Amino acid sequence: MTEPVDPATTETMEPVPPPVSVVSTLIHVIFSRPATIVAVAIIVAFIFLAVFAPWIAPYDPVQQSILATNLSPTADHLVGTDQFGRDVLSRLIYGSRNSLIFGLVSPVLAAFFGTILGVTAGYFGGIPDRLISRVIDLLLAFPELLLAILIAAALGGGFWNIVAVLTVAFIPGFARVARATTLAVKQEPYVEAAVAVGLRTPMIIFRHVIPNIAAPIVVLITLWVASAIRLEASLSFLGMGTQAPNPSWGNIIRDGLNNLFGSPWPIVGAGLLITLIVLSFNLVGDALRDALDPDTSK
Amino acid sequence: MSALLSLRSVSVNFGRGEKALRVVDGVSFDIDVGGTLGLVGESGSGKSVTSLAVLRLIPERLGWSTRGRIEFEGQNLLDLPADKMPEIRGRDIAMIFQEPMSSLNPVMTIGSQISEALFLHGWPNRAKRHARVVEMLRLVGIPDPEGRLGAYPHQFSGGMRQRVMIAMALACSPKLLIADEATTALDVTIQAQVLELMKKIRSDTGTAILMISHDLGVIADICDRVVVMYSGRVVEVADIRSLLQRPAHPYTRGLLESVPRKGQERERLYQVPGSVPMAGSVRQGCPFRARCSVAVDKCAVKMPPMFRFAEDQRAACWVSAEQSNAPVIEDLK
Repeated sequence: MTEPVDPATTETMEPVPPPVSVVSTLIHVIFSRPATIVAVAIIVAFIFLAVFAPWIAPYDPVQQSILATNLSPTADHLVGTDQFGRDVLSRLIYGSRNSLIFGLVSPVLAAFFGTILGVTAGYFGGIPDRLISRVIDLLLAFPELLLAILIAAALGGGFWNIVAVLTVAFIPGFARVARATTLAVKQEPYVEAAVAVGLRTPMIIFRHVIPNIAAPIVVLITLWVASAIRLEASLSFLGMGTQAPNPSWGNIIRDGLNNLFGSPWPIVGAGLLITLIVLSFNLVGDALRDALDPDTSK
Repeated sequence: MSALLSLRSVSVNFGRGEKALRVVDGVSFDIDVGGTLGLVGESGSGKSVTSLAVLRLIPERLGWSTRGRIEFEGQNLLDLPADKMPEIRGRDIAMIFQEPMSSLNPVMTIGSQISEALFLHGWPNRAKRHARVVEMLRLVGIPDPEGRLGAYPHQFSGGMRQRVMIAMALACSPKLLIADEATTALDVTIQAQVLELMKKIRSDTGTAILMISHDLGVIADICDRVVVMYSGRVVEVADIRSLLQRPAHPYTRGLLESVPRKGQERERLYQVPGSVPMAGSVRQGCPFRARCSVAVDKCAVKMPPMFRFAEDQRAACWVSAEQSNAPVIEDLK
């Protein structure tokens, strides 16, 4: 060897591995568990039903018929009819729209506000932290359903009120997680390095802190989707959510309860669907957590 | 040569009032334009805190405070309003940290991380930034810099990450580079490569370097002057030749003794007996006296001032000063 060798090129370098995308990890995790595949299929079918409800539902969900009350399942009415002669299947299909909208909108909104609060508390510490943390503690002291009932009773029903109710009920969970992960990320040398490079606080938060706490927040969103669906059903069941005659799984059960001996089909149908969907979202949430959390995926 | 950075009686306290811990006590030294200064000492001697104080990265809200003067190009950084510091950080004074494995944001590509520093300090043009990032990566010896821009930190080895950190620090052509144990976490061959790189950068760009290390071998390799710290105080400042050939302070002698040498007969490596007292716990006398083999009664009573041993060598030791008849330095100006 006569030529001088650049020390950098002699250092053993692995060839650049193709970047392992989150999506491919996710697909791998989902398809390695049969239960998760089923859960994903159920969720896809559920979203499909909700989006295309007007085309799929055989009848108008609010149309009553004195001639066809309390029917057992027949070829015409696959899940029977209720005490007003409304087709239960159509009501269940339309009811999925409420569950989907509330189930998705409120966790996402709660994640947005909860992250702002949590990051503020975690990053700045001191007085902002104490203020935010105490309010969060206060909210956490109430079970979500109780909190939701309190707010719903004060505000009344209506779409945005229910969204607001569910959002407020979920904010504490997100704020807690965001605060805790921010506290950890704040200690990381790359945050100190960012300060040393001359970054100002807002840029550090948006470019270095939030991207690094995104994974647990995303997992939390999927886990809360199930809870949001459950809570919306509970509120509607208690008469504080979706108002009759509009169908929601919660108020289908409520209406059915008064007529349990006339026709059990609304309760059976809606109850089964709620169980199935909540279970499916929880299973997918677990899979997502395993895919995004570096500690459990290895 | 005029000083680029000069510290005068810099003290860093933790806490206030009676209970305050003086972690760094009256530290003074200069770095010339384009010079390299080594800062050595054991863990807990205050070297990292001193370097953080220069960039004002000391968390003041947690009860830390810095006193004295830290003059950079004639301007006292401690007098600057806090919102002016980000303009200095990265552009005039850049820093490389100890942990190359975690000093890069795992969710950002290395290209955008280097680019970020440039964007902050007057490089609004995207294409020019891109060209500069490629140039910097090439300078620090990353093969295929164009292709590596989109790579994430986990795709690099530790040595390569430290190169990326150096590229990031040098991107804005700082006048001073502070390297806080920049090679400590690397194995010896990579360490040698990174040191070669820093020497090359120094001669290519004229960037002054403040090298912090507990390893005198590393310091001797790259620095022309050395500051030895012990328990938050400067015990000896000298050019590297004087320090290696005629160390004035017994602590410096101890440090030199404990460096392993090729062909050394001794079975066990020398160690300075005892351990470093907690910073600020010694309030009277010389902080090193408990571990010093030559300590006399006077050492327990009064903290020795700086004595001049040679043109560019000063040390704080009563015994050595008496032996070599060194005059006390009245005022460091």
